Formats: sequence, C-alpha cells, structure tokens
Amino acid sequence: MDEILLIETVERYLKGEMTLQEKTFFEEIRKKDPSIDQMVVEQTFLLHELDKHADIKAYKHSLYEVESKLIEDGFISKTPLKGKAKVVFLWKKYKRNIAVAASIAGVVSLVTTGLISTYNSKVGNKDITYLYAKMKDTDKKVAELKDSLTQRTKRNPNPDFRATGFLIDGKGFIVTNAHVVNRMRTIYVENNKGVYFTAVTIYSDPVTDLAILQINDTAYKTVYNLPYSINKTNSDLGEQIFTMGYPRNEIVYGEGYVSAKSGNEGDSTAYQVSVSVNPGNSGGPVLNKNGEIIGIITSKNSIADGVVFAAKSKNIFKLIDAVKKDSDSLNIKLPNNAGLKGLDRVQQVKKMEEYVFMVVGN
Amino acid sequence: MSNFEEEKQLLEGLALNDRAVIEGIYRDNYPMIQAFILNNNGNADEARDIFQEAMIVLFEKAVSGSLELHCQLKTYIYSVCRRLWLKRLQQMQRLSSLAENSEESVPVEEELELHEKHNTDYLIMETALGKIGEPCKSLLDAYYIQKKNMQEIAADFGYTNADNAKTQKYKCLVRLRKLFFAQYKNGQ
Repeated sequence: MDEILLIETVERYLKGEMTLQEKTFFEEIRKKDPSIDQMVVEQTFLLHELDKHADIKAYKHSLYEVESKLIEDGFISKTPLKGKAKVVFLWKKYKRNIAVAASIAGVVSLVTTGLISTYNSKVGNKDITYLYAKMKDTDKKVAELKDSLTQRTKRNPNPDFRATGFLIDGKGFIVTNAHVVNRMRTIYVENNKGVYFTAVTIYSDPVTDLAILQINDTAYKTVYNLPYSINKTNSDLGEQIFTMGYPRNEIVYGEGYVSAKSGNEGDSTAYQVSVSVNPGNSGGPVLNKNGEIIGIITSKNSIADGVVFAAKSKNIFKLIDAVKKDSDSLNIKLPNNAGLKGLDRVQQVKKMEEYVFMVVGN
Repeated sequence: MSNFEEEKQLLEGLALNDRAVIEGIYRDNYPMIQAFILNNNGNADEARDIFQEAMIVLFEKAVSGSLELHCQLKTYIYSVCRRLWLKRLQQMQRLSSLAENSEESVPVEEELELHEKHNTDYLIMETALGKIGEPCKSLLDAYYIQKKNMQEIAADFGYTNADNAKTQKYKCLVRLRKLFFAQYKNGQ
C-alpha cells in the first residue's frame, strides 16, 4: 500500500471516521500484517505526542503572557533584587582593586581570576571553576582495586584530586595546570593503560597557570616520536579544536572551536574555547585539526555555559626557557612532528590517547 | 467549599489553560519561591525560571488527570521548586547547603523524573518539527497545533482545494514520522 494512503487510512481509523464495514476490514488487515499494526501503533503515538506538544506550547505561551503581565504590574521583579545587588557591587569593587594591584605587580589577569574565585567562593558565587576534580569515594575504590590487581603498592591509595596532563617530551616531561599541582603534595600520573608512575613538579607558573612535571619513576620507559607538535602562533577564531582528558576515570574526548582570542577578562595568554569540559579536564591538551597542540584547558566560567578557557600553547615555550634558566641539566626537547596531520579524527584520537595522562595526587 | 476542592478546581482550570487560574497561582505562590531562591544563592531571573518550570510540572500533572496532590498546592509547588533548584545548583556546581526553611516539603522525585521524560519528548518533537522545513512545519502546525480545518488551511497556504492541502499534509506527516522516530529511538 502507498505510504501516504496508508497514513491517511490510519488517521481516519484513529479518528473514528471509518464506516463499520471499513473498520472491520481494516482491523482484519491489521491483525494479519504486523507491519501495518506497527504503523498504527506508531501513528497513534506520534499524533499523541503532537497533541501533547501543542498543549504544552499553548500553555507555555500563557505562562509567558501571565508573567509579563505580572512584571508590568510590578508583582514580579525583573532586575536583580537589593540583596543581590550589594554582592555584585562589592564584587566589582574588589575586582577593580585587585586589577590595579595586579598591574602594579606586573602580573596578568589569570591571577586576578584566581583571587576573585577564592573571594567569591566565600559568598558562594564562583565565576570561574577550575577543572580539577575531587575524587569521589567510588573512584578511590576503583583506584584501590586497580592497585591490588596490578600488585603495586607504591601508589598512595587515596588521591584527593584528579586532572589531566600530556607529554611534551618522551623522556617523561608532562604539562598540566599550576592550580592542579599546587593542590597536591604527592603526584602520580597514570596512562591510558592504567599504569601509573610517580612524578614531581619541576616548574609551576601561576601567571599562565601551567606547570611541568617530570616522571621520576624507574618503571617509566622513554617514548620516542611524539606524533604532535606544539603551536607557537595564535590560533584563529572559529578554528575547530578537540580535547582529551580525565573528567572520569576513563579518557574522554570532546570537540569544539576557538571562540575568542583572549581568556577571562581579556587575558591575552589564553583563549576562550567552546567545548564541553568538566572537573578533571584541567591540564588537558587542546588540539587543532592538524593535530597541533594549541592550548591547555584551565578553567571555565561557572555561570555561563560553554565558556571555557585554555592557556595558549606558546606559553609552554616560555616555561621551557624558564626551566632551562633554573637548571641546565634538564634538557627538555619539545616535539615537532606532524604525525597526526591528515588523519581522520578517530585515528588522531587513537594515536594521541597514550600520551595523555591522568594526574592524581593528594 | 473546602480548601481541597478549591485546589482541585484550580488544577482543572490549569489543565484547560485558563489564564486567570495561572495568574492566581502565581500571585499566591511566587513571592514564597522567589524568597527561597534568593536566600539560596539565586537571583530573580532564576526564580522566574524555576517557578515557570514548576508550573509546567503542575500542568503535566493536571493534564494527566491525577488531580490529587496529597498535600496543599503551596507545599507541592515549594517541594517541586526546591528539588529543581537543588538540581540546578548541582549542575552549576554552586552547591552550598540550602538555607534552613520552615516550609514543609513532600517527595516529588518520581514526578520530576516523569517531567524530564516529557521534556525530552517535547524537545524531540520540537527538533523534528524544526527539521521538516517549510511549508511542512507551518502546515502541520496549522492543522495539529492550531487545529485549523483543511478549508482554512487551503485558503491560508494558497492550495487550490482542501484535498490538495490534505495530500501535502500527509506527505509532511510521513516526513515528521521518520524524523521523530529516528530521534526518539536513538534517545531510548
């Protein structure tokens, strides 16, 4: 039977517009042919859903109208109320002071962010959420279980924080966020196969919120030929990006785009990106479609959705220079390969996976 | 009339999309909810949002014919708003413990789960309707949502007669069906 004719028939049947004879005949067919029966069931459901949809839509419309009438009457206030306004005012004032202090000290805005976020957490209105995760009890249990399975006792069984990092040198140098390692006394990194190594912070820079870890575990074996490179230039607005990280105990992929060339409050050392991230994504690499690392996830705006900040990758070069000044013995060589270029995304992610580490500690 | 019967009548009015009833419920309950949200880390915009959603929950309940709240309407609205706000705070990671409140509250988890399901269905339909394109969207909207008859629709859309409009409407329905179920089965 022609699909349109059938749908018409079903509709007439459902609306009770058939003659008795027609109806009996149709019900015969329906009994014999399960595909027709299925169609009737689906059609009923669809029409029911359409009906429901229409009702809710009409009701929502009434709600909006009643609401705007009440706003006009002054019964519902539209602007933030007094109590709230005070908080906002204090907050702004505080922010300005900090900004002045910061510019005197020559420190850039990410510090400001950090301070404001601490300040605001007191009044419970955080603007910025750092993306390290507190370990849940279940996660800890899983970690303990993994430990017992792999027969390793080295690891502290109770990590409190979890974040992400990635290799910038196969000898065991990992980049992550400063706010991550600053919260940890002992640090472990774990690769995607669940093998973990002890690591130490060799450099941490609160301004760009980046830190470098070195794996100091004898079990770690140098890996050669990291397939990516680290971008020195600025990325363009709208450039497609993807990121990988550990918001859960397992690596999670996310994709998006560069949405602004500066970070929080015009911070020129960071980008604003639009990608779905969660606590634990801190320190995760942000890559462009050619598989070049262009940034490192640091924080997100806790009120506006999809506003995520990533430190620009060129900061890594500055960090390395600073490390070299500090100690000559550390010879970090940044990767410069195009091993991900031209691959489709699934392949890129597969190749990338083993270089992205979970950073845990307490 | 007892309080109980009065509230039952309110719900009946709500199911019929009666604006006077909606306004009455707003006037009786909104100040309490706004105070609650403001006291718990929220602002006026969020209070309006939450109250609106609670009104939709109430509507769904009224339409489904379960007009018995087993508690006062006021308590019911407060419980729903409280639950919705807690959830919102968790999503925004702004959760601090809620300020103690003297209002009593009743469990509404099941209803909110149902509400979420309704909400998903609503969005699936909204997306499907958005994807079928014109003139299908307007045509189906006119027939199924605004409930116009085929003669009117034929005149509005410039079809030569009602039969032509009808054929076009069925074609559109076939498309909607495909889009809706593709999405719906995916989401299950």
